[in-house]
Amino acid sequence: MTDQVPTLEVVDLATHFFTKAGIVKAVDGVSFSVGAGEVVGLVGESGSGKTVTGFSIVGLVDPPGKVVSGSIRLKGEDLVHANAERLREIRGNQVAMIFQDPMMTLNPVLRIDTQMIEAVRAHRELNRAAAREIARNALGQVGIPSPNERLKAYPHQLSGGMRQRVAIAIAFVNKPDLIIADEPTTALDVTIQAQIIHEAQTLCRQTGTALIWITHDLAVVAGLADRICVMYAGRIVEAGPSDDVLDRPMHPYTAGLIGSVPTHNKRGERLRQIPGMTPSLLNLPPGCAFRSRCANAQSNCQQTPDETTPFDGRRLRCHHPMTAIERQP
Amino acid sequence: MTAFVIRRLLQSAVVVFVMSLIVFFGVNVVGDPVDMLINPEADQEDIERAIRALGLDRPIGEQYFYFVKGALSGDFGRSFIFGEPALKLVLQRMPATFELAFTALVMAIVFGIPLGLYAGLRPNALSSKTIMAGSILGFSLPTFWVGLMLIMVFAVMLGWLPATGRGEVATILGISSSLFTLDGLSHILLPAFNLALLKISLVIRLTRAGTREAIYQDYIKFARAKGLSENRIIFVHLLKNILIPVVTVLGLEFGNLVAFSVVTETIFAWPGMGKLLIDSIQQLDRPVIVAYLIVIVLLFVLINLIVDVLYSVLDPRVRIGESQT
Repeated sequence: MTDQVPTLEVVDLATHFFTKAGIVKAVDGVSFSVGAGEVVGLVGESGSGKTVTGFSIVGLVDPPGKVVSGSIRLKGEDLVHANAERLREIRGNQVAMIFQDPMMTLNPVLRIDTQMIEAVRAHRELNRAAAREIARNALGQVGIPSPNERLKAYPHQLSGGMRQRVAIAIAFVNKPDLIIADEPTTALDVTIQAQIIHEAQTLCRQTGTALIWITHDLAVVAGLADRICVMYAGRIVEAGPSDDVLDRPMHPYTAGLIGSVPTHNKRGERLRQIPGMTPSLLNLPPGCAFRSRCANAQSNCQQTPDETTPFDGRRLRCHHPMTAIERQP
Repeated sequence: MTAFVIRRLLQSAVVVFVMSLIVFFGVNVVGDPVDMLINPEADQEDIERAIRALGLDRPIGEQYFYFVKGALSGDFGRSFIFGEPALKLVLQRMPATFELAFTALVMAIVFGIPLGLYAGLRPNALSSKTIMAGSILGFSLPTFWVGLMLIMVFAVMLGWLPATGRGEVATILGISSSLFTLDGLSHILLPAFNLALLKISLVIRLTRAGTREAIYQDYIKFARAKGLSENRIIFVHLLKNILIPVVTVLGLEFGNLVAFSVVTETIFAWPGMGKLLIDSIQQLDRPVIVAYLIVIVLLFVLINLIVDVLYSVLDPRVRIGESQT
């Protein structure tokens, strides 16, 4: 990956929302890259900026939001300064998205075939019959039984898991270089969740598609992602290979997240939580955004910590990283 | 589907029955039509003869019984004034009212949906705010006043369009309408716009509200993420969703347009059913009033039925017959 151009390279991305109440720095200096066939987990609580990061990549941040600085390169091509028509060409063709709620993603008044065929024909000069054939195969690939009948169905005739499969099929239908999946399994029950993850993973392996999996669920990324980026208040606070980060978290926030997963608890023991709440991103003061909730915080946390590389492949933004002893429960 | 239609028709039969009861006895209470019909200098004998001739000497219950008996075979009685079958009088005037209401409906769609869509997509533009302010005016200005102003400006001051009447009528494919002649079109423009103004405002507001709501839905964002063109997103994904409430309301409003074209028809001397109704009420011409109202009720029932069917075409979630719940 190091000697070739990564599928996606985001450097110092900042997306701010210019509201009447002030500037909300939803994403503030985020850098990461995804290679072909690689799965990167973007982990964080609600409001940490992970979804906005995803939408920034494809140029779909709604006003008053705006990408104010940084660069986004898809296979070397600049996306921040790309014009609207070029971005439209890229969306759905080179970069596809899967959304959180399958009940809301598909247009309720259009049949599945209409919604799939238009996705194909938006990027390829094909007649309806050929596009339909591609759509049918895509449905088959995501494990939908009797795709011919499903094509004629309306979204409300399918279950949530089926609808998410359709959304995934639409995402894969043009064989994109990158898929951004924004909490695609959050609204589904656990067994369906596992199937969906499995299917997405298999498809990515087969096609060499890079995948950004946005989630708040550590358990999901643990089995899925090659690398993890943990986001907090618009910044990536810790990043590295998944197993490494999950086994040896260095940022107190990452450690807190891992500690909050209930499976770590003994029966009868109090559930662990991170004290306090995510700060409002409106007019966020300088310094480490986590300091008010952090057990390790000291006076120098008033200054924004720079990104450091404690080990090869690991990145960290913390003045006082966790030591091996602190990590013991 | 068939069961649905039959159930609807049975419901409407009940409505028609109750309505006829109310109107029949109501008009009877309002006044004595004989006073209107007879020369004030006529002697008592003449009056008695007139009353007998109209069947008004019988008890009201008996009158109603004969009315129902006749109505079931399509005879709503003869107009006290014109001496012609009441239903025939009403139906004669129907095409004029229909073409007026239809033109107004077309205007509501042609002006309302694009303006509402524009205002919804660019909520902060000055032009959008002008449209919305205009729609408030359209809502709040009384129809008769707007009608008078239209006549004053376009007929009297500018002299562009005629003020009254229906104009030349031509027959195409068995339908005779003033819409087929230039003269007729010039006559219908002002009254139709007068009638449509309220509906245009309504459609603008409905479309705008629907657009504002739908534009933030995930399926629109997903359509963007698929890389669809902006035109396809707006005219297929967005419009098809916001048309659902618009079609429902417009369908019901068509009945209103027909039923309440009374004011516009009176101002523009449009020879439609509305004007006939006003004249008949003034002369207490009970058979015509009853016939008119029954026609209107049947019309409403029919429109509701059409709207329900149309609705299910637009919104697959309410397909009639498919849903068992």
